Amino acid sequence: MELLVASAIGVLTAGGIYLMLRLRTFPVILGISLLTYAVNVFLFTSGRLTVGAPPILRDGVSTYTDPLPQALVLTAIVISFGMTAVVVMIGLGAFLGTDDDHVDDQTDTSTLDEEAEGTS
Amino acid sequence: MSLFFIVLLPFLGALLPGLMNSAGRAACAGVTFTVSLAAFVGLLTNLPTVLAGEVVTARIDWMPLLGLNFTLMLDSLGFFFALLILGIGLLIIAYARNYLSRNDNMGEFFTYLLLFQGAMVGIVLSDNILLLLIFWELTSLSSFLLIGYWKHLPAGRQGARMALAVTGMGGLAMVGGMLILGQIVGSYDLSTILQNRELIQADPLYVPALLLILLGCFAKSAQFPFHFWLPHAMAAPTPVSAYLHSATMVKAGIFLMARMWPVLAGTPEWFVIVTSAGLITMVLGAVIALFKHDLKALLAFSTVSHLGLITMLLGTGTAFGSMAAVFHILNHATFKAALFMSAGIIDHEAHTRDIRRLGGLRTLMPVTFVIATLAALSMAGIPLLNGFLSKEMMLEEAYGTALFGVPWLVPALATFGALFSAAYSFRLIGHVFFGPVRDDYPAKPHDPPAGLWLPPALLMIPVVVIGIAPFIAEPFVKLVTSAVLGDAASLPSAHFKIWHGLVPALYMSLVAVAGGLLLLAVFNPALRLWDATPRPEAKQIFDSLIKACVSLAQGIILPLHNGAFSRYAAIGAVAILAAGFHAYMSGTVGATTRTVQPASPVTIAGWLMLVAATGGMVFMHRNRLLSLILIGIVGLMVSIGFVFFSAPDLAMTQFTVEVVTIILMLLALNFLPNTTPVESTVLRRVRDAGVAIAGGLATFGLAYHYLLRDAITTPISEFHLANSYKGGGGTNVVNVILVDFRGFDTFGEITVLGIAALLIYALTETLLGGPVRARLLNRKPDQPRAGIKHPMMMVVLTRVIMPMVLLVGFYIFLRGHNEPGGGFIAGLIVSIAVVMQYMASGFSWASARLRYPYHGVIGAGVLIAGLTGIGSWFFGKPFLTSDFTYVRIPPFEKFELATAALFDLGVFLAVVGAVMLSLESFSRLARRAHVPDSEHPMDIDPSREGPPPEKAGFAKEGV
Repeated sequence: MELLVASAIGVLTAGGIYLMLRLRTFPVILGISLLTYAVNVFLFTSGRLTVGAPPILRDGVSTYTDPLPQALVLTAIVISFGMTAVVVMIGLGAFLGTDDDHVDDQTDTSTLDEEAEGTS
Repeated sequence: MSLFFIVLLPFLGALLPGLMNSAGRAACAGVTFTVSLAAFVGLLTNLPTVLAGEVVTARIDWMPLLGLNFTLMLDSLGFFFALLILGIGLLIIAYARNYLSRNDNMGEFFTYLLLFQGAMVGIVLSDNILLLLIFWELTSLSSFLLIGYWKHLPAGRQGARMALAVTGMGGLAMVGGMLILGQIVGSYDLSTILQNRELIQADPLYVPALLLILLGCFAKSAQFPFHFWLPHAMAAPTPVSAYLHSATMVKAGIFLMARMWPVLAGTPEWFVIVTSAGLITMVLGAVIALFKHDLKALLAFSTVSHLGLITMLLGTGTAFGSMAAVFHILNHATFKAALFMSAGIIDHEAHTRDIRRLGGLRTLMPVTFVIATLAALSMAGIPLLNGFLSKEMMLEEAYGTALFGVPWLVPALATFGALFSAAYSFRLIGHVFFGPVRDDYPAKPHDPPAGLWLPPALLMIPVVVIGIAPFIAEPFVKLVTSAVLGDAASLPSAHFKIWHGLVPALYMSLVAVAGGLLLLAVFNPALRLWDATPRPEAKQIFDSLIKACVSLAQGIILPLHNGAFSRYAAIGAVAILAAGFHAYMSGTVGATTRTVQPASPVTIAGWLMLVAATGGMVFMHRNRLLSLILIGIVGLMVSIGFVFFSAPDLAMTQFTVEVVTIILMLLALNFLPNTTPVESTVLRRVRDAGVAIAGGLATFGLAYHYLLRDAITTPISEFHLANSYKGGGGTNVVNVILVDFRGFDTFGEITVLGIAALLIYALTETLLGGPVRARLLNRKPDQPRAGIKHPMMMVVLTRVIMPMVLLVGFYIFLRGHNEPGGGFIAGLIVSIAVVMQYMASGFSWASARLRYPYHGVIGAGVLIAGLTGIGSWFFGKPFLTSDFTYVRIPPFEKFELATAALFDLGVFLAVVGAVMLSLESFSRLARRAHVPDSEHPMDIDPSREGPPPEKAGFAKEGV
């Protein structure tokens, strides 16, 4: 089971990094979201994997999973929603303002184009 | 008055002029004057103590571990400078009130002036060198604002920039020097440092510290080779020039040299560097000053020259030299401030400060003539005026000083400098006031109102009184000198006298005055010679130096920082990988301690779905809607994973967040292109895939490694588990951690969440306020719209389940302390309920029923959480200490009341507000013209009579 969780983290990270390196805003945002999942799960697993022992205190039960990573990850999930929303808004604003959803600056190519037009 | 108030008054008072701006110019100047006067009087209340030779101190520990304390000290040296700063400041404020024109923003001017004044007073009263450095930098900044006050003048902006660059760089050097000094002594308290002369001078780091501190002082006090910034700072309004360049800013470097004199002076290094820099500056400044045609430029270079004189005196390292320096600081401040103000009067009345266009003002402006002539004669060193006395002392000191083993060098150069000093003073009088009255002045000159001439006239009192009766100033100057000397040397016994007998200084003085008169007589040929000599232009050198620095910085930064985010991300990812790899290779890993748990088929199925969805996203990410659906699957699988691994709270949070995220993304996708075009080359994709796979393998390896090993020490979670019920009164440990153990974290997090939502709102407002708005309104949808916008079934359904969802939210909230749930999850659930209304019944309908704006909800949430935390103060407990009790109200069972629940309510409200504000902002972008928003939830409503009104453009915009 450890292998499954660890490899899931790996797959999410790889997918996240690949999409983050794309050239348009939307895939980049999705990539960052994937990375967020990977990081959250990674932090969560720092409490190790325990099945069927939620940190809800019960009489007569003495084994609980580690609650602290859960608390930290819970707020991380909510915060990452806020951050995703901000990034989406920035990307959207940039697209609406310039009709261009590239994440990289396009100035260099546009000046090259102008120069090309000038010479031709 | 406590020293704190003297320092703080100008800073606090700086808030007032801006507020009084609308109340008129007199009120504005009046309030500034009052603030300064209060500080001045406060300073004077300490006079008896200072005269008794005691040191007034005040201390607040600020950051004691760093050695940075807010310690102030007032000895006679600090008192002397503070007196100059505040006293001349008062005159300047009165003068500026009449000098500034109606077009100048007076509130702004006086705010800067008070900031500057406070920073200067802070420098001279600091007893901690780190504190001194803070004030030191503050003077650089506030003088930048003052010099560049006339923003419309390019010369003003350039001069301000140059002053900031030079003094700022000097300040940087000073920081280094002071830190070294503090390290040597082991304390940053000035009073401690001043008692460790032997320790400092014996330290191998003495010379670097000395060089760095002197660099800072020289840059500030415009000593060679940094003398060039001061004349360019003359583009400032004259009150600024008069203030900065007579009594304050440029004296800061001098002050520090005097302050540090007991520990730094007296070594050959100090003597050679300081004396020669002072001497060069004195001669160079005097020579240049003579040939300047702009009155203020002449005065600026003469200031440079006199600062050089004072520096040279401090450099000699003798007690007599220090006394002469202190005396000259006093004298120079009085006559130079008066001269600057006179120059300002002439500029104000004649509309020019070019000496070549002036002349004959003696009869036209008699009052100004008397003031300026007295001050200039004092500057030239004519007997019966105060400048004569300190110049005699300077010449006497120079006579006994041998630099580089050459006994005649210093006396000769000092006389030479004094000669030019006399010459430009005479030129100022002769070429401005004497000569024939002209008829081509740009404006008809006449004496200004008393508001302008009174301040400089008041300064003439000390000039004349000290000049005639030097013994009046003697006790005070000696008192200040004793503070400069500290324990390093004993006070000189010489008395202040006009007539010393036929001493060498008298002959040198005679040579200087006679030579000055002679030089003025041959001024025109000399000017031609001067103009014919090629000279390096300091401004050009400075500009090209700055240009070189800029292009060097650009050469380094631009190739790295080229605006390509994907490149930064790749470099970042690779760098993190490399760092992790290094850590792995250089560390040790223990043996596995945990046994691998067997995987059930269900787990494997979930894993397969997650991997397939992620793979699908990577390979089909160009189809954006599809990838959005796939990321939903990923999120779902992660939520299920949380359930499986004993984290019910996380699962609920992840699941609800997933819903709102997808809605948000869908809203955004509404505007964005539906597909991503193929742009990257195959090579690039291979490269990215390489980075991605390396990153994936690394995180996999890391996670797998520690999943098989127990933590090295017992996790702190043991404490949480043990105390959750006992101390926090809840059985859901995760929730108790959130609202109790780590409540402060949560408080910060809801604040961040609120800020993020407000940021989104602000961005939307900006977009809708700009050119984008028209485009959005006229946007043609790229896909056919659904025939019915608000299906009746959906409207009815969402209405029906709304109370149920709210009930669930309420339930989840209440049980949160003991069972999975809590403010975060309840907030998300309620948000989803509200969003459903928006989706089903339309934006207008839902907004119209909105009772409280979402900003307010966020604010209320953060406020409630904060007030809950503050509440514990009233019980003498730290912020956010929680308490709980059990109550029983029949017929209910016993239940718990906890302050943590109140805090959780804050969390709940902040989450609802933030989520809703974000989503609402996005949906506001989606509204279009020509598509009227119906205020009715359903297009077809059997209960409504008649067809829906066909009012176009009903759209309520900018709500």
